[in-house]
Formats: sequence, C-alpha cells, structure tokens
Amino acid sequence: MQWETVIGLEVHVQLNTQTKIFSGSSTQVGAEANSQASLIDLGMPGTLPVLNREAVNKAILFGLAINADINRHSAFERKNYFYPDLPKGYQTTQLEHPIVGAGIVEIELADGRKKNVRIHHAHLEEDAGKSLHEDFHGMSGIDLNRAGTPLIEIVSEPDLSTSEEAVAFARKLHSIVTSIGICDGEMSQGSLRFDVNVSVRLKGEEKLGTRTETKNLNSFKFMERAIALEVERQIDVLEDGGTITQETRLFDADTNTARAMRSKEDANDYRYFPCPDLLPVNVSEAEIEALRDALPELPDTRKARFIEQYSLSSYDADMLAGDLNMANYFEAVVTQANDAKLAANWVTGELAARLNASDLNIQNSPVSATDLGQIIVRLKDDTISSKIAKQVLEACWNGEGSPDQVIEAKGLKQMSDSGELEKIVDQLIADNATQAQAYRDADENKRKKMFGFFVGQAMKATQGKANPQQINALLEKKLTQ
Amino acid sequence: MAINQDTILRVAHLARLQVSEQDCEETTSRLNDILSMVDQLQQADVGDIAPMAHPLDVHQPLRQDIITETDIRAEVMPIAPAQEDNCYLVPRVIE
Repeated sequence: MQWETVIGLEVHVQLNTQTKIFSGSSTQVGAEANSQASLIDLGMPGTLPVLNREAVNKAILFGLAINADINRHSAFERKNYFYPDLPKGYQTTQLEHPIVGAGIVEIELADGRKKNVRIHHAHLEEDAGKSLHEDFHGMSGIDLNRAGTPLIEIVSEPDLSTSEEAVAFARKLHSIVTSIGICDGEMSQGSLRFDVNVSVRLKGEEKLGTRTETKNLNSFKFMERAIALEVERQIDVLEDGGTITQETRLFDADTNTARAMRSKEDANDYRYFPCPDLLPVNVSEAEIEALRDALPELPDTRKARFIEQYSLSSYDADMLAGDLNMANYFEAVVTQANDAKLAANWVTGELAARLNASDLNIQNSPVSATDLGQIIVRLKDDTISSKIAKQVLEACWNGEGSPDQVIEAKGLKQMSDSGELEKIVDQLIADNATQAQAYRDADENKRKKMFGFFVGQAMKATQGKANPQQINALLEKKLTQ
Repeated sequence: MAINQDTILRVAHLARLQVSEQDCEETTSRLNDILSMVDQLQQADVGDIAPMAHPLDVHQPLRQDIITETDIRAEVMPIAPAQEDNCYLVPRVIE
C-alpha cells in the first residue's frame, strides 16, 4: 500500500519583550525561581491584566513578515483547564479574533524545490509556568517565572508532506522571527517550541486521516525523528487493520520513543469564553503602516542581496543569510577583509566547523568578526599562507591575542625573501640528490607526484612559513636545471 | 436545549466544583430554567448584527514595556501549603 503523510505545525514563539504580556514583571531568563512572578502572574483575585504594547507590535511585525492580514480588531478569550503551572485556572489566549490572519511562508528544499506553506493564523497568548519533576521527593516543584511570558502561536495549514518539509518550514520560521527581532531564537531555552500534527492516508485519498499531536519539540533534529517515528507507527497500526486514536503524544529524545500523553479533549472541554478582564484590542491603520516601515530585512531579501552584492552562491547565501547573527558577523568580516568570497569561505568553513564542534552560537564565537577579517587581510597581503591562517585562527580562538599579535609572537610571517628561500631550496636539493636525479629522469606524469615530496620538505624546513607560490617556482626552476 | 445531570457532573468536574448528588437535581433544574430563557433570546433575529466583544465602545489601553514589578516571593510564598528551594510544591503531576 502507498501511504501519504500530512503534517501541520503549531509553533509557540516566545516574544523577547522586557516584561510579561499582562504585567510589568521581568521576563529575564535564569532568575531565581518565582522571583519574577507578580500578583497578576499568580492569578491573585482583584488584579487586572494590562496588555503590553510591545507584545502586540511584535505579533503584528510577524504578520507583516508573512504577508498576512493584520486584524484591526482582536480579542482575548479564556481557555479553561487545571494544571498547577497555570495558577489562574485558565490561559488568556485568542481564538475567534486572532491578531494575525492568514499568510504564506515560502520554504526551499535541499533539491532547490520551493513550496508555499499557508499559515492559518497567529495569535497572542501567555506562556504557563514550569513544572519540575526531579528532586522534590515525590512532589512536583512549580516555578512561575515563565507564567505570563508573551507568546505568539503560529498555526499552519496541513500543507507539509515530509519531515524534510516540516523541518525546512520550522527553520524558516526561526529565521524570520529572529531576523525581525521578535524572538531570541534560543531553542534549547524553549524560545521556540513545535507541536507537530501528523496523519497518514492512502495515496489518492481525499479525506484526511485521524491525526495525532506530538508536543513541545524544541530542536529540528528531534522534530525530524519524532515525525519519522509517528508516521511509521501510524502506518503499522493501519496496515494491521487497526485505527488511529486522536491523542497527544510525548517524544522522548533520550530513548527515541514516543508515548500517548492523554486523549485530546475536544475543544469544548476548554470552555472558551471572551475574557471579561480585557477589552477588545484595536490597532489603527497608521500603527500598522509605521510597523511596516520599521520591518527589518527579511531572510529571503537578505539572501537575494547577498547573491547580488557579494556574488555568493545560492548555497553560501542560504547558510549566511538565514541566521541574523550569522549574517551580521559575515558582513562585519567582509567590511574588515574587503573580500566577500574569502569571508564566506572562512565563516561557513573553518569557523562554522569550530563553532559546531564546541556547540557554540556565532554570537558566542571566541574569534570576533574583526579578528577573522584581519586574518583574511594578512592572508591576502601574503603575510601568511592559508595553512598558517588556520593556525592563527586557532590561536585567536584560544585567546592568545589579535591575529597580528599572534603572527608576531609565534613568528608565523611567511618567508617571501627570495634570496633566503633560494638558499633553502638549494640546500634541500643538495641533501636529497638521489631524489632530485630521479625527478630529472622521470617522465611528466611521475614528476607531478615526486614534486610534492620537495614541496613537503621545503615546508618542513621553514615550519610551513614559506610562500607556496615562490617555493613552487623556485623548485621547478632548480630541479630542471 | 435542556441538559441532564450527567452534563452537570461533567462540567462540575472540569471546573473542579463539588456538586453533591442531592444538589445535582436542583442545579440541573435551575440551569435548565436559565437555558430556556436563553432559548427565548435565541429567537430574536440578529442576523444583521455583528457579535459584540464588549458592551461599551471602548478598547484595551496598552502598557509600555517597562519593568514595574518587584520580587514579592518572600511575601506570597508562605501562603502556599508547601514550598522548597523557592518553588511551590504540589502533588506530582506527571504520570
């Protein structure tokens, strides 16, 4: 049987405001538990929420970024359920009148194929607190610092049909929200969380199959694995003649397994009703236009600019333009080095590999853009070879000073003095007279391989500091004399 | 539209309200009285009227994004029945 997968995503994006959506409490991450929970966040009787203008603006910015309709009138509702990290007994959210209406996000896949993913809507809501299940001897600990942190929930249409598409879509959203500066993008801190709705149906079937929802995935890798796992499970169940139950599932990254959490309560169970504490939210056309004017460069525009302005390949432009911090770093290196191609190679190559290996973001790179730019300048003016440049980068990475300091202190300057190099080459040929004679006797094809031996010896003799072009030229001349 | 005692008990459970068996009958009948009044309201023709989010023509004032709250943990935490390591303690909630 041929099966077809249908995937839709619900994405929670924490907005990077200073304060919570309905109170003046700080949203700073890492504070002592419960030190940033005000009477409003605690749901104390007699308090009234007041909406944060920045949260509204950031939601609108997202809407503008995906070409969505911005609803001039939106309203908050109460979603009622009981859980200890939700002290009010309801989540203040939007349902009937979300602030952001339908929009489109374009994704690009590895083979270059493009696809439009429709966004059903995006709404404003508050985050819940955190339940901690370890170290409280059989009890759960509740930290309400996160309660009331502003979120937008982005709901896609079920337009995705593979885990690759789902991940490309998730990455694109990450790129958009960080580029327009509404979210810090720290996935490991839960700044973006993905709920994945998956169903399968026989190929050609119109009707959607029963879907399950796998909740709270906070990495692209986990998302890909969770989808693969769920698709396989559903197909197994159906091929064995079973039926899929609509349920919420929890993915465990450590064991690469998932299990049913609870059967999804039907929407009525949340007993939504308009929140009587909050008035309808009105935004004027002028406010929307002011935000449109302030909308930062979007990833797609930046990618096109990088290709145009720096003559980068589509692949390099993708890597560099997708992440705002990466893009800023790259442009700072270009400013310093005045060579976009080399800057792109070093940022996506040597530097990216080091960051990856150390699990670091580019914002936390031990080598500043200025330093990397300086290394490239020294490479271009022939002070150092590219092999030595890697050594300099390593030293800068280890905090041994600026590139020029490192080159000076370690004596890494390339030897370009032809007199001195000539002496070294003469000595080398004298010391290896047999090999030199063999080279002269050999035919063109064999010579190529043998030539490498002499280059190696020359580099060894100069600790890699010889200018490679000069060495090549000298060796060629001397060996054929 | 009329509701029965099962619905009352279900809604009571969702709202974590205790409704005893003897109260259930009376509650059901009183809520059905209210619902029959709603039925009457439903007969009004409101086809041309947009649903109203608020009875007054007012809208939500917005707050500047500035920290105004301070740490009140020392005052509020002792109200809770159990606490440890700056956290409120509750019966274990995960299965």
